[in-house]
Amino acid sequence: MATVVASADAPRAQLTEIWETPRGLLGTLTSVDHKTIGKRYIVTAFVFFIIGGLEAAVMRAQLVHSNMHLVSPEAYNQLFTMHGVTMIFLFASPILSGFSNYLWPLMIGARDMAFPRVNALSYWTFLLAGIFLYSSFFVGQAPDGGWFAYVPMTARSYSPGLNIEFFTLGLIYLGMSTTMGAVNFIATFFTMRAPGMSINRVPIILWGTLTVSFLIVAFMPALTVASIFLYLDRNIGTHFFDPANGGRPLLWQHLFWIFGHPWVYIVVLPAMGLASDMIPTFCRRPLAGYTFVALATVATGVVGSGVWVHHMFATGLPQLAMSFFSGASMTVTIPSGVSIVAWLATIWYGRPVFKVPFLFMVGFIILFVIGGVNGVMTAPVPFDLQLTDSYFIVAHIHYVLIGINVFPVFGALYYWLPKMTGRMLSERLGRWVFWLMFIGMNLAFFPMHITGMLGMPRRIYTYPSGMGWDTANLIITVGAYVFAIGVLLFLIDVVRSLRVGPLAGNNPWDAPTLEWSTTSPPPPYNFAVLPTVRSRYPLWEERLHEQATSIVDRGPVLDDGRETIGTSALDAEPTAVLHMPADSPWPLLLALALTVVFYALLAVSWTWTGIGVLLVFICLVGWLSPSRTAPAPGEA
Amino acid sequence: MVAVRHPVVARDQMKRAPVMRRDADRCGVATTRTFVPRAALAAALLCGAMGCARSPSMFRAAGPAAEQIARLGWLFTIVAAAVTVIVTGVLLAALYRRRPDRTSSVEPSGDPRGPVRWIIIGGVVLPAIVLVVCFAFTLITQAAVASPPRPTVATVQVTAHRWWWEVRYTGMGADQTVVTANEIHVPVGRAVRINLVSNDVIHSFWVPELAGKTDVIPGQDNAMWLQANRPGTYRGECAEYCGLQHAHMDFVVVADAPTDFAAWLVRQRATAVAPTDAAAAAGLAVFHRSACAVCHAIRGTDILGRVGPDLTHLASRQTIAAGTLLNNRGNLAGWVANAQSLKPGSGMPNVPLDGRDLQALVAYLETLK
Repeated sequence: MATVVASADAPRAQLTEIWETPRGLLGTLTSVDHKTIGKRYIVTAFVFFIIGGLEAAVMRAQLVHSNMHLVSPEAYNQLFTMHGVTMIFLFASPILSGFSNYLWPLMIGARDMAFPRVNALSYWTFLLAGIFLYSSFFVGQAPDGGWFAYVPMTARSYSPGLNIEFFTLGLIYLGMSTTMGAVNFIATFFTMRAPGMSINRVPIILWGTLTVSFLIVAFMPALTVASIFLYLDRNIGTHFFDPANGGRPLLWQHLFWIFGHPWVYIVVLPAMGLASDMIPTFCRRPLAGYTFVALATVATGVVGSGVWVHHMFATGLPQLAMSFFSGASMTVTIPSGVSIVAWLATIWYGRPVFKVPFLFMVGFIILFVIGGVNGVMTAPVPFDLQLTDSYFIVAHIHYVLIGINVFPVFGALYYWLPKMTGRMLSERLGRWVFWLMFIGMNLAFFPMHITGMLGMPRRIYTYPSGMGWDTANLIITVGAYVFAIGVLLFLIDVVRSLRVGPLAGNNPWDAPTLEWSTTSPPPPYNFAVLPTVRSRYPLWEERLHEQATSIVDRGPVLDDGRETIGTSALDAEPTAVLHMPADSPWPLLLALALTVVFYALLAVSWTWTGIGVLLVFICLVGWLSPSRTAPAPGEA
Repeated sequence: MVAVRHPVVARDQMKRAPVMRRDADRCGVATTRTFVPRAALAAALLCGAMGCARSPSMFRAAGPAAEQIARLGWLFTIVAAAVTVIVTGVLLAALYRRRPDRTSSVEPSGDPRGPVRWIIIGGVVLPAIVLVVCFAFTLITQAAVASPPRPTVATVQVTAHRWWWEVRYTGMGADQTVVTANEIHVPVGRAVRINLVSNDVIHSFWVPELAGKTDVIPGQDNAMWLQANRPGTYRGECAEYCGLQHAHMDFVVVADAPTDFAAWLVRQRATAVAPTDAAAAAGLAVFHRSACAVCHAIRGTDILGRVGPDLTHLASRQTIAAGTLLNNRGNLAGWVANAQSLKPGSGMPNVPLDGRDLQALVAYLETLK
């Protein structure tokens, strides 16, 4: 059992046999390997990124000049709604789930996530919820109420079609996926870290994803409840939001933004974590102020969950309440400032190596600063009353979401894709990708500050001439297309890399964390022997002149079925050998059954809803039934 | 910028350019042949024709609220720009500073006090000081713009409809109703209270040169105040996404000298004059027997529809269809005949009339001064 052996002597063939998912269709559909799931998340989210980008491309063509009539107002409203829904819910968050899923076990020296089958279910529900949302286009009734879907415009009386049903049900469904993922991350963080990896030794991405997982568990219910209320208002005749019958439209806004503002942090904190883990590699020194950055991550989550009212300053709330939320919004600057200064200090005291991932980090810091300060500009109540719902806010959210999500993600793709595929991307093409995206991004979104200040409101499908908005909009459209060319070039680079990219080897960047100690791509079992960790940078210990006590080349094998080590929550003392589940068809079947339920609710067919619920129940029974082949815990 | 013009002057210019439409490059409905080469010339003429055809910039403040907000806005803009420049400068310095020769492929952390000092000073202390100062100015401005400098002299009830604004001057007695649409007149230098009511969904009332936004929410009584210190025409917009034609839900605020404002009120209070010539009389008959009378009201006649804008003084307004079109003969005819292609989804249907009826109808509408 848990005998300690050298890495070279580990029974790799046996481990492969235990952990490998069989080839073929069945294996594809039943795999619970976190690496497979992580890659699927990344690829799926990237496909949605492309779709959302194409939607933006049509909108920018429409807005290139005043009074254009390329698309109808109906189409435009569906496009901007689905662009927002896609980028926020189907790209920004899932792609980070993908990285976390792929990287966490490798970074913490485990062989899988805490709940592998829930992990698979979380992916399948994400995919099917995304398909559910997009199936609305096939009936020509995509959501058209904006990603915020304010009532009463989204009530039955003003939106009689299926558009909003797709929205509410799609978000409830997606919320299930996100919540399951969050619970899995929390459990993994507190039980699966390698022996010795106390919580002050984990890579910062773990802090980021852990913080947002708590935010998701805490605040996703607000959105789910709001969506259920709206569904009931529309289909059962309740009056939660109906002012004619004592309901309150503002209730929706509170519920939506109680969820919606933390969501902004949900899509940036893990990305900031990715950055905090990449920057040291390219600065050739440890992260400056690790503890500050970890605390700042948590603090951002805490403070960020109490500022939602700054989305509602124009709704006629009491002045004192608004002053409070205005002040609270400004204080979010402090933890963000701490992180930025920590990165600057890391670069200052380090020795920068200008590889492509690092270029994206530099771009990210600049865009983060702009997206931070233009956010602070919207914090003072009076100025926000001018800026809110103008193009200035469009500039702000894109600096935040592209700057603090997309740029770290592209950096992370250049950095970790070699680990996933075993092949390097091109430095030369990568530089083009970076510069096209960076210049395109600023051309596209900086002028929006100006048009907003010149009084251009958001979400208009066309605008009159003579307002001084034409030139800026032309530049914006050009910038958007330059950005798109950068993304296209990235795709070309990925295809090229998969065919002819140079082999990466275990650790192409000479990086310090555990995932680089295993092969690229890693074997199905991640680590032949399970490591013991005694510092934040196990692979740099000798050169950092610290006590080199982490052990990555010797350790327990654990080859009695799918096994990994369970450890204590804070200090990661080994407490158990965890038996992990085998591949299973039930996550996919359960997700399909849930999809039946959601389509039945869409059609408001209680019969089919009942059938769907029954199918869900059958799948749960199948899932929970003891396996005939796997050994029971302690049996062998 | 463009000189502020008296509305009457602007209307005269519009008559000289009868087919100028705000969206000049959209063709198809003008009843008179257009002699305009293309959009550029049209836009240029339009700027001359309409006092408000300029950027409604929040920094070209024309009233006390917008002025104080603009000052606060400049403070925050300058601070934001300074922070961006400084951090970018430090970043570039950190990237390219000269370094001692390399001793190892990885540098040890060294003395941690350096980075910690950076973080405490640069990440906590400096931002905190700047934020406290900025927040103090925020509170001062917030208090200053919450209420007008002097008591309001009039109350206007603005009712938002999809997609136009109903404007009603209240507190002047039941027989002295002033109802108009998409155009609010205010006396220069005096504050006016705006009560905001929604007839359907959430809208937002925004005149960037005069004040910040206030949302118009059904079932909730919101109010704000407006004051313009310079005479002129100020563009107003719906700023909350409200559906299909959110893009075409504009209005104008016209600031008149107090005596002009009083005269305007008197004119608006009057009922419509009866048609004096045959064409206009025929137009009134067309109005009666076509769909028009179902939705619109003309005070002084028995036409009392409540769904669409009150047309009693239609011809006195600068624009029609909530700022979509300039108010002139060609546009009126085009709007009546073909509203659904000019503003798809609008409550105004296409009214199929033959050429003579349409001309008569427009002739009548033009008498409603």
